[in-house]
Amino acid sequence: MKTLKSTAINPEPQAVDQDARPSGPNPHSAFRTPHSLRVWSALHTVFDPEIPNISVVDLGIIHTVEVTPERVRVEILPTFVACPAIEVMRERIAGRLRELAIAPEVSVVVTYAAQWSSDRITPAGRAALRASGFAPPDEAPSFTSDDAVNLNPLGATRPALPACPYCGSKNTMQENRFGPTLCRSIYYCHNCRQPFEAFKAV
Amino acid sequence: MSEAATTMRTFAGSDDLAADERAALAELLLALADDEFVLGFWDSEWTGIAPALEEDVAYSSIAQDEIGHARALYELLAALTGRDADTIAYDRDQTGFRLARLLDLDRGDWAQSIARRYLYDTADAVRLTALARSTYAPLAGLVGKIRREEAYHLQHFDAWLRRLNTDTQGRARLAASLEALWPAALDLFTPLAQEATLLRAGLLPRPFTALRAEWLAALAPILGPNGLDLPFPARQEADGAYAPTIAPSTGGRTGDHDPAFDRLWHEMTLVYRQEPGATW
Repeated sequence: MKTLKSTAINPEPQAVDQDARPSGPNPHSAFRTPHSLRVWSALHTVFDPEIPNISVVDLGIIHTVEVTPERVRVEILPTFVACPAIEVMRERIAGRLRELAIAPEVSVVVTYAAQWSSDRITPAGRAALRASGFAPPDEAPSFTSDDAVNLNPLGATRPALPACPYCGSKNTMQENRFGPTLCRSIYYCHNCRQPFEAFKAV
Repeated sequence: MSEAATTMRTFAGSDDLAADERAALAELLLALADDEFVLGFWDSEWTGIAPALEEDVAYSSIAQDEIGHARALYELLAALTGRDADTIAYDRDQTGFRLARLLDLDRGDWAQSIARRYLYDTADAVRLTALARSTYAPLAGLVGKIRREEAYHLQHFDAWLRRLNTDTQGRARLAASLEALWPAALDLFTPLAQEATLLRAGLLPRPFTALRAEWLAALAPILGPNGLDLPFPARQEADGAYAPTIAPSTGGRTGDHDPAFDRLWHEMTLVYRQEPGATW
């Protein structure tokens, strides 16, 4: 039993970031129970495998948290459909929640019932990205569910260029819409002459 | 039609479907998944040999997206049929694949790859817009996610189409490629055998012929005489709807593929055929 670690978690209410759930109240979530507070606190300590200072909560991938006497069930949203990190995060979350020993069953499920958008990254998450040398995403384009076909879905005008995460200059340019991982584009800063990556607005 | 769609019941999962609906949905999912899967493999052939390093990165990233979309679609299919996604993806001979004729063809030169991607991505945008309202909730949810990612692909290939078009040789090659690819591209909207069932249940919100007309209408101002004036073999009929002026090259959706697909099939299934059932 790895219960020692769970006692190290301080379930103070401030640790639960309401911004992490921008999709609104979750009817399945026993959000206010002490156990679910412990779950949310624990989720704040599970980090993205590629950007080790942003938690899965601040990344906005937690969709629902359900705590019953029988089980803890968490639904997570992939940032990109083909992102290999989602499986790593799923396993890390499950491992972390098992350490809490709240209920006999722990399940962490990947779902598309809601769609992750880069707008789900919390203000704390955006600060964490910047601290890691990544420019946070611009506002995501909106996708309506009406039937109108749009062959220019990212808009006719170019999005604002991101500020350099190193020097803050806005004198940057896009080098490549695609980058080393699915979620990032490559930019260059004319001011400090550094290449940098920015999160795609999706 | 939209009203009908909103009053239609939705299906939370495969257990909610009748047997004929399940079979029809499986046909649709296989066509969608095979398109993305095979295109992802063709795209990956540019890794390392694209005209610029940026394009090596772009094509590799796009290929990863497409194969990931295919995998997610095969997983929806696996939930319907009880077979696992890897088996569905790899354990078929060429005739078991249901990709449209457009995806049978070699990647060709750069202009042909750009022309194919442009035709595919615009057609896919139309198809995804419709499927985001599928009554099969797992498909609608996944499509809602996929279209956000595909928007980046379309933006990229739209930029390349316009860039090639500004150069004399580029425009000539682009025009020749579009001319050659149009009949095969129309196969993306060949009606499926069980389409009536898909439409009745709202699993597919609109018929493929209607989607084809929407696609052509959306492309008319871009490729037509008032746009880039590139090959656009379609015209507006008396009822205002766009229809092609050429015969489509069909067969992809029934497993009758162009010989060009044979080489890719041998390559992409090689590892699986050497060690069937292997996990990695």
